[in-house]
Amino acid sequence: MQVALFVTCLVDLFRPSVGFAAVKLLENAGCEVTVPAAQTCCGQPAYNSGDRADARAIAKQVIATFEGYDHVVAPSGSCAGMLRKHYQALLGSDPAWADRAAALASRSHELTSFLTDVCGVDQVDAAYAGTITYHDSCSGLRELDVQKQPRALLATVRDAHLRELPGANVCCGFGGTFCVKYPDVSNRMAEDKAADIVGTGADTVLAGDLGCLMQIAGKLQRQGVNIKVRHVAEVLADQGADPAIGEAQ
Amino acid sequence: MSSRQDILGKIRSSLGAEGTSAGKRAAVEDRIKTHRRNTVPARTDRTPADLQKLFAEKVTAVHGTVATVDGMAAAPEAVLDYLRQHNLPAQVILAPDPSLDAAPWADSKLLETRRGKADPDDQVSVTSAVAAVAESGTLIATSGPDHPSTLNFLPETHIVVLPAGRIAKSYEDVWDQLRARHGAELPRTINMITGPSRSGDIEQTLTLGAHGPRRLHVIIVADA
Amino acid sequence: MNEATALDFNKNARSAVKDETLRAALQRGGAHFQGNRRAAIDTLPEFDRLRDEGRAIKDEVLENLDHYLEIFETNAQAAGGSVHWARDAAEARNIVLDICRSVDARTVNKGKTMIAEEIGLNEFLEENDIRPVETDLGEYIIQLRHERPSHIIAPAVHLTKGQVEQTFRKEHDDLDPNRSLEEPIELVAEARQVLRQKYFEAEVGITGANFLIAETGSSVIVTNEGNGDLSQILPRVHIVLASLEKVVPTLEDASTLMRLLARSATGQEMSVYTTVSTGPRRAADLDGPEQYHVILLDNGRSGMLGTEFQDMLRCIRCGACMNHCPVYQSVGGHTYGWVYVGPMGAVLTPQFVGVDTANHLPNASSFCGRCEEVCPMRIPLPKMMRHWREQAFEGGQVTGIQRRALKLWAYVAQRPRLYHRLARLPVGVLRRLAGRRGRLRSLPMGTAWTAHRDFPAPQGKTFQEQWAAQGGRTA
Repeated sequence: MQVALFVTCLVDLFRPSVGFAAVKLLENAGCEVTVPAAQTCCGQPAYNSGDRADARAIAKQVIATFEGYDHVVAPSGSCAGMLRKHYQALLGSDPAWADRAAALASRSHELTSFLTDVCGVDQVDAAYAGTITYHDSCSGLRELDVQKQPRALLATVRDAHLRELPGANVCCGFGGTFCVKYPDVSNRMAEDKAADIVGTGADTVLAGDLGCLMQIAGKLQRQGVNIKVRHVAEVLADQGADPAIGEAQ
Repeated sequence: MSSRQDILGKIRSSLGAEGTSAGKRAAVEDRIKTHRRNTVPARTDRTPADLQKLFAEKVTAVHGTVATVDGMAAAPEAVLDYLRQHNLPAQVILAPDPSLDAAPWADSKLLETRRGKADPDDQVSVTSAVAAVAESGTLIATSGPDHPSTLNFLPETHIVVLPAGRIAKSYEDVWDQLRARHGAELPRTINMITGPSRSGDIEQTLTLGAHGPRRLHVIIVADA
Repeated sequence: MNEATALDFNKNARSAVKDETLRAALQRGGAHFQGNRRAAIDTLPEFDRLRDEGRAIKDEVLENLDHYLEIFETNAQAAGGSVHWARDAAEARNIVLDICRSVDARTVNKGKTMIAEEIGLNEFLEENDIRPVETDLGEYIIQLRHERPSHIIAPAVHLTKGQVEQTFRKEHDDLDPNRSLEEPIELVAEARQVLRQKYFEAEVGITGANFLIAETGSSVIVTNEGNGDLSQILPRVHIVLASLEKVVPTLEDASTLMRLLARSATGQEMSVYTTVSTGPRRAADLDGPEQYHVILLDNGRSGMLGTEFQDMLRCIRCGACMNHCPVYQSVGGHTYGWVYVGPMGAVLTPQFVGVDTANHLPNASSFCGRCEEVCPMRIPLPKMMRHWREQAFEGGQVTGIQRRALKLWAYVAQRPRLYHRLARLPVGVLRRLAGRRGRLRSLPMGTAWTAHRDFPAPQGKTFQEQWAAQGGRTA
C-alpha cells in the first residue's frame, strides 16, 4: 500500500520524532511510506481566520501534492479532519476541484484510525513502563470519530497501564490561533485540563495532536508538574524512552 | 407598506419565492391537515395496566405522588387521607367539573368544599384532568367553565382525580382526542403538568413550589 | 438601551477567569446540566431519531415560513387573538407600549422571554412609567441586581446563594432583618411570597413563546415554576413576544420538539408546565385574559433566510451549547457582552449588533465542536462562526499586523521550497535559545503563549530536513 505521510507543520518544526514514529508504525503495518517534499501546511490558520482565498489556494496545493497515493495519513486529527471534511466545503462548488477534493477526502486518515481501521493492526510491539492517560483531540474525536482506535492500540503496549481521563473529550484550549488570540480563556481551559490530568495520578499523558500536546505540556511544566507529555504515536512506536515534549534532550 | 407586507416580502425575497405560490401553500396546508406523527417513543407500547404503572412511576419520578382508589365513591376519602397525612386543612376548592360529580363530596362531614375558580387564599385545589400521558407522567388539563386554570397554579397543593381510562400513551394520542372533542378551536388553555412547580435557579438546587403548587397528588380512579 | 459590550470580550474575559465565585458557580452549573442531559438521553433510545426529525420540521418551516406565518395568523385571529408584526426592536417595543396604554397599565408581569431582552423592553417600559416585574425566579434576581441574564435558561447561573441572599436582604427591606435566608428553599419561598402579591397587581402579562402552532394559532410556553402561567392567567391582557422562526406546523411537531427541548436544556423529560394558549378567555370561562396579542418579531431574521445563517433559525433556545462550551464555562455569559451568549450567541449577536461590534464572539472559539455535538437541532454552530470570520476577513475588518502576518504566512505556505528554507530559521533560533533545556519560559514575540505556559522547544532539525538527509522517499 502506497501511503503518503502528511507530516503536519507542527510535527515538522517542533517534534520530528512523531513523524519518524508514524513512519515506523506505517511500515510495520506493511505500507510503503512517502513524504512528499512539496507539503507545507493544511491551511487551517487561513481557513479558521476567515481567509478563504488563501485557504483554497493551499488546499489545491495539498490536493495536487497528495494525488497518486493509495492513502494520505497524518499524525493529527486536526489536519486529517481538514483534509477529510473541510477541503470539500472550500472547493465543493468549484467544478475543477470538487471531485479532486472529494477523492482526497476519501483517502485521508488520522494515523491511529488508519492503522486499526484500514490496515487491520490490532497490536503493536512496544513497551512503556508507566501509567498513561489519554486526551482526545477535538477534531479527531468529533470530525473523524477517533476514540477507540488509539486506546485499543495502547492496550497492547507492554507494562503500560491505561487510566481514563475525566473530561477527555473537553477541549484543552489550544485551538490553533485561538490560544494566542484569547490567551486568558485558553489558559483557563488549559488549567482545567491540567487539573483533570493530575487528578488521574497518571505519570504520562498522551494525545494524537501536537497542538494539544504543546498546550498541555506547556501548562503542566509551567505549573511544575512532573507528568510526561507525548504523542500517542511515539509510545506505540516504542519510542517512549526518548525525552518527552518540553524535556531536556 | 405595512410591517406585515414588508416582513412577508422580505421572507419571500430571501427564500427566492415568487409572490405567493399557490402550489406551496396547498402543500403546507396539506402538511398541517394530516397531523403527521413523528417518532413516538416505544416505551409506551404496553398494556393498559402497564401504562398506568408507567404513568405512576413517571409522576413519582418528578416528585408527584400517586394513590389509587376503586371508584369515584372513594375519592373524597382519598383526598382527606392525603390532607391528613400532610397536615393540611380539610378545605378544598373543587373544580366545577361534572366528571367529579359522581363522587359524594357533600357526604363527607370533615371535608369542606367550594366550587369555582381559585382565590389567592385557597390552599388546596381538587380537579380532574381530561387526559394524562404515560410517556412522561404528564397531566393534561383544559380550561373552561368546568376547569378554571387558576386551580392548577394558585393553591399550594393540587390534587387531581384521574379516571384510569384517561391515561393515554403519548401527547399525540391526546391531541387526537382534543381535536375530536373541540373541533377546530381549542380551549383557551391546555395545561400539560408534569410534577409540582419547581425552580433550580439558585445553584441548581431543586426546590419545589416556586410559584405554582408545592405538592401534586394524583388519585387514579380504577375503571369501574 | 441594550448596548452591546461584545467589543470588550477579551477585557471581560480577563476579569471573568479570575473571579473565583463565578468559577464555582459555572462549574456547578456545567456539571449539573451536562450530567442531567446525559442521563435523560441515555433513557430515550429514540433521541437521535427525534433530533433528525426536529431538524427536518424546522427546515421545512423555514423554507415555507411566509405560508406558515400567514396560516398561524389566520388561526390565531379566528380564535379571537390579535397578531402584530414588528420589523425591528423599536416597532415591537411600541406595540407593547400601545397595548399597555390602551388598558392604562401601570405594572406588567413578565414570564421569561429572551425576545424582551433582545428588544430591551424593560428599560423602555420603565422610561414610559410602566413597571415591568420579572416573575421567573432567576430573572427576578437579576432584575433586582440590574444585571443581564448570563444564560438563556438559567439567567442567574453565575450567582451563588450567598449573593442571592445579599440581594434579597437589600431589596426586601420591609421583611424581618433577622430572618433565616441561607438555603435555596428559604430564598425561593421568599421570592414566592413577594411575587405572589405582584401577580394580582399587573394589568398586563408578557410571556415569550417556545413554539407557535400554525394549525391552531396557539402559542406554547415551557416553564418549571408556573410563573409564566400566573403571568398570563391573572392579568387582563396577555402579550406573547415571539420571533418569526418559532412557528411549527402542528401539535404533533411541537410534541417532537418538546421531547428534545427539556432533555437538552435541564435533562428533564418534560418541563413541569407546558402551556398551549389559544386566543383570549372564552365567554363562559371563569378566569384567563380578556385579550390575547401575539407580536411577531423579525429583527433581521428574514434576512438570514437563504443565507449560510439560515440553519441558526432552527435554534429552540435550550442552552445545551453553552452548557457544554468550554469557553462559556470559562468566562460565563456576561463576558459575551449582549443578550445571547455561548455558541448560539456567538452566531446570533453579530447578526443583531453587527459583526464589527461583535467580531470577537465568533472568533473566541477553539472550534472544539462540542456545541454542534449536543445541539438537539443539529445546528452547525462552528461552521457559522467560521462564516462570520469569513465575512469579517473578506469585508476588510481584519487589519494591521494580524492580516499582514496571515498573508505573509500564506504566501510562504504556498511556496514549499521557500517554506522549508525559512522553517529552519525559527527552529534553529528556538533550539539555541532553549540550550540544553527542552523548553522556553519566555518568548519576546510570544508573550500571549508564555504568559501562561512554557513553550516546548523544537527537537532540532525539521522532520523534512532529516527525512531528506537520510534518503527517505519524497516522491
